[in-house]
Amino acid sequence: MGSLAVLEILAPGPLTTIQDLGRFGFGRFGVARSGALDSFSCRIANLLVENPENEAVLEITLSGFKARALRDLNIAVTGANLNPYINNVPLAMWQSRIIQAGDILSFRNIQNGCRAYLGIAGGLDVMPVMGSKSTNLICGFGGFNGHSLQKGDILNGNPGSRSIQDLNLFLAPEWIPVYTKEWTLRVLLGPQNDGFSSDTVKMFLQASYSVAPQSDRVGIRLSGPLILCKAGIAESIISEGIIAGAIQITGGGQPIILLNETMTGGYRKIATVISADLPILGQVKPGDQIFFKQVNLEQAFFLLQEYERKINNFKLYN
Amino acid sequence: MFFDKPHFRIMGDRALLVEWGDEINPLINQAVRELFFSLDNQKIQGVAELVPGYCSLLIQYDPLRLPLSTLQEIITLSSRKSQAVYIADSRTHKIPVIYGGSYGPDLQWVADYHDLSIPEVIRLHTGTVYRGYMIGFTPGFPYLGELPDAIAAPRKEKPRTLVPRGSVAIAQKQTGIYPSDSPGGWQILGWTAVKLFNPFANPPGLIGMGDQVTFVSVTEEEMKQWVL
Repeated sequence: MGSLAVLEILAPGPLTTIQDLGRFGFGRFGVARSGALDSFSCRIANLLVENPENEAVLEITLSGFKARALRDLNIAVTGANLNPYINNVPLAMWQSRIIQAGDILSFRNIQNGCRAYLGIAGGLDVMPVMGSKSTNLICGFGGFNGHSLQKGDILNGNPGSRSIQDLNLFLAPEWIPVYTKEWTLRVLLGPQNDGFSSDTVKMFLQASYSVAPQSDRVGIRLSGPLILCKAGIAESIISEGIIAGAIQITGGGQPIILLNETMTGGYRKIATVISADLPILGQVKPGDQIFFKQVNLEQAFFLLQEYERKINNFKLYN
Repeated sequence: MFFDKPHFRIMGDRALLVEWGDEINPLINQAVRELFFSLDNQKIQGVAELVPGYCSLLIQYDPLRLPLSTLQEIITLSSRKSQAVYIADSRTHKIPVIYGGSYGPDLQWVADYHDLSIPEVIRLHTGTVYRGYMIGFTPGFPYLGELPDAIAAPRKEKPRTLVPRGSVAIAQKQTGIYPSDSPGGWQILGWTAVKLFNPFANPPGLIGMGDQVTFVSVTEEEMKQWVL
């Protein structure tokens, strides 16, 4: 069964890209992981339309995206509430829905969060590069020919040729994440917290930071109290590998939470966001406030287990 | 300092930084390289990614499948017998470079900084065999060292928003090649037409960690011949 045109982009909004759960195993060549910034919403969007959870979805940033269905499709929208509509009817999120050929899907304004995810049953038919369909915008490969979606782009998929049945899947309401404008991110100190005095670390953990407008898929830039190294210690370090969630203190003392588009860094990391809280990093937007809360490895492990249990329960009962 | 055993630092709950030293030194980098190949060959369940650095290896793992203590034990064991593991041969690359002019807008500045002539800077840059210490910054970008002190130069005070693909540049005691158009703060000495990164090739990067690299000064005409 061949690939079929499923969606025509009428307006891309500020940034819409094709992402799956990322590109692994090529960090040795400096190739970043890319992938959905909010992996929870990506996984659930796929599971709601009976795709493998690593299938490619659309990551839709802020409002303004508009597309036309080119055939009947099962879809699911998760993540940020960007006020999605089908034609002139609001579209329920976090559940499978049918849209018909000719229907217009639009995201009208920002209710909460930053990025919505659109899963389409059968997935998106783009060529995997280094094992992933994710878009690497910096280097220009993967996803839709290596670039963000533009007006007029036609996406292909494998929706199946039989008539569409209602899948009737939804995420239990108590598991739908609540997005606010004030976020508490749980962190483990390190790897280079020893470059900062204990008073500085304490200040970092008590301060409120606001998200700066220059934030993008490379990093969330914060403004707030300056974090300065101990006297006599250089701000830069010998370059080393990094992961998403590492909180790097750059030259001027402002923290950056590194995201999915970079693999190495040459500044100290005071702390690292725990795995269970990584999906939040995809929903933080300029102007939001961030607080950091220290946890230990056992707590982080427990929270990650709890997070994975939500996904596993969904798979078990649907 | 070259540590006598690897030091561990956690980077969150799913990455471990294994450090073999705290300075730029080919022996430390070789120890990182040996550990990298040893772990890569073992295909350890739960290890998602290995990223070698100058003196550390970053290991991203799934803590639900591979407990940190088990990973640390594997590393300690692998470090002891690292002499015995298969290590891919390092390769040698000769990179043609057109120095100066619009290809190398900072060549004159570097010459002036050290009170050298332009031919002397070129002679020093081409007269050294460099080690590929790590690949990073952007896909395929090789951090090469070490540059002779006589031409080592600070980064530009104001980074460029666009450094053209193929630019050959220096910063402190490092030299490197920009594989794609990107922002950058290094001093640009010249340009090469050699492609360093191709996402559709296997492997996607030309230069690997541990490889040896030399530069050759060529004319525009010679560059065309070279890459034919």
